Amino acid sequence: MSDFILVLSGITKRFDREEVLKGFDLTIRDGEFFTLLGPSGCGKSTVLRLIAGLEQANAGSIRLAGHEIATLPAERRPVNTVFQNYALFPHMTVFDNVAFGLRMNGIARDEIAPRVKEALAAVQLSDYAQRRPHQLSGGQQQRVAIARAVVNRPRVLLLDESLSALDYKLRRQMQIELKQLQRQLGITFVYVTHDQEEALSMSDRVLVMDQGRAMQIGTPREIYEEPCNLFVARFIGEINIFPATILRPLGEYRYLAEVNGVEKTIRFHQQATEGDEVHVLLRPEDLRVEYIADAPVDRRGYVGAVLERNYTGQTLDSLIRLENGQNLLVSEFFNEDDPDFDYRIGERVWVDWVAGWEHVIAKESW
Amino acid sequence: MRFRQLVITVTLAWLALFVLAPHILVLLTSLLSPDTQQLASYPFTMQSYTRLWEPVYASAFWQSFWLSLLTTVICLLIGYPFAWTLARLPKLPRALLLFLMMVPFWTNSLIRTYAIKLILGAKGLINSTLLSLGLIDTPLQLLYTPFAVIFGLVYILLPFMVLPLVTTFSKLDNCLLEAARDLGATPWQRFVQVILPLSMPGVIAGSLIVFLPAMGMFYVSDLLGGAKNLLLGNIIKNQFLVVRDWPFGAALSITLIVLMGLLLWFYVQANRRINRQGGLDDNAL
Repeated sequence: MSDFILVLSGITKRFDREEVLKGFDLTIRDGEFFTLLGPSGCGKSTVLRLIAGLEQANAGSIRLAGHEIATLPAERRPVNTVFQNYALFPHMTVFDNVAFGLRMNGIARDEIAPRVKEALAAVQLSDYAQRRPHQLSGGQQQRVAIARAVVNRPRVLLLDESLSALDYKLRRQMQIELKQLQRQLGITFVYVTHDQEEALSMSDRVLVMDQGRAMQIGTPREIYEEPCNLFVARFIGEINIFPATILRPLGEYRYLAEVNGVEKTIRFHQQATEGDEVHVLLRPEDLRVEYIADAPVDRRGYVGAVLERNYTGQTLDSLIRLENGQNLLVSEFFNEDDPDFDYRIGERVWVDWVAGWEHVIAKESW
Repeated sequence: MRFRQLVITVTLAWLALFVLAPHILVLLTSLLSPDTQQLASYPFTMQSYTRLWEPVYASAFWQSFWLSLLTTVICLLIGYPFAWTLARLPKLPRALLLFLMMVPFWTNSLIRTYAIKLILGAKGLINSTLLSLGLIDTPLQLLYTPFAVIFGLVYILLPFMVLPLVTTFSKLDNCLLEAARDLGATPWQRFVQVILPLSMPGVIAGSLIVFLPAMGMFYVSDLLGGAKNLLLGNIIKNQFLVVRDWPFGAALSITLIVLMGLLLWFYVQANRRINRQGGLDDNAL
């Protein structure tokens, strides 16, 4: 009970007549790095603004550490936000920006300077206290925005697409720093992003949202390896989807099924009977490709032609067109024993997945 | 880029002929001796400028200064909240209100000043209304008072205060106010800590383009203030048209111009300082 710091229940939010959130529930644990992930317009930023108090919900309750805060104005909520465009005060120095929250909350004068210095040190900007925001780079402004928020020691820190304005390399670096900072401070972080890679690499738990509804909540691993529906499967990373029909149960959640025209044994953690239709989800790295000549005769797989091959440095990504016309994305690590490992475009190959690595979900209408 | 050269040449020629040359003439006139027959004559002298220190003109100058300052402050007090509201309206109503504010410009301000006279007069709109309501027994002396002059100046100059302020407020990122809220600032703190400092360029720009013309709008003072020479503009006008002391009128004009120049310099300096602080830049002037 007490390890939930933030509990949103039955939140409904309308803009004009459009319902952005409807009966939305969310529980966030104390001290976790929680990410709201979804395409733009899915309502994830609205959830954040509701927690911050910058928007008012039409219905529902928001409880922070057991206290109802939905009725409190934003300035009295013990949460702070790192805005997408940083929103630093241009007329103040870095020091005054960071001290702003402390001053507004009537913190004693002699306590302000040490706390500001501590916060600036935490984001490695100790030498920049007297600069103005416009004299800083994007990454530095980002750090000031973080320092300005954490200096107030909020119960929950809200980050709204906070890294999206940075270039790729800096973003990767800030992801690591943000994660370290979160561990160091022990503050609950609620992070909003549309970048699935960012969400997976930083978060303890992720909520995938679409059109104002929660699709799936879980650890990055659960979300990636066991997506609960096609939306999540497709939104997080690349996925190959095989239609399949259950032929007969084999016991212990194993089934014989016709998968894309081939009889295969699959694992499916639900009760199913003959004739049930399911989706077999396969990540590119779940698949293995072999030259036709090397293909084992007794194993059941798929035959296709190499359509495209992409060398990424770490992996060889190939697009393979199966005989039934479906395209498959395959990602294989290089085998150091076989430096010549490569395919010719148009070459006919044999494809199968590593037994047990498939993820099966009930069929939904696409 | 021959078109560009042409435009620049024409503009420069125009400015030299119709701005620079007349001002040089005024400057030269101010250095001549007064002559009621020929309006001005040799020799060159600083006499007109020394006369500026005569108590009667110093006090007129002072009075004019306070009247203009009061006008500016009133315009600011009315214009600031108005511009704030305007800037935060949706696009369409904002455009409509700005348009409505500009409509009076279609009528000459002299004519509009006459209209104010009709409203403030002894048998004017205000007095007749109050009389018919039985609130007063005798008409109030509204016209030909400093109040009437300030009323007229505020009426004519208010849009000049509102426009630069609207520009400034439109550029103020709402995100900054949300950030201030998020950090615990109450509405009053948000105003003092964020809105006010970031709108200073607009306040200064608006104040200057209200204050400077207010000093010279002699016809407002003439029509609404009676023959009391309330504004510097009245004294200048009288020197040229009534007393026919052109050198002294010219000296007063030059003084006013120098004063305006100083204020503009102050504005540029203040703006540069605010910009160096990273505040909003302002192109309102």
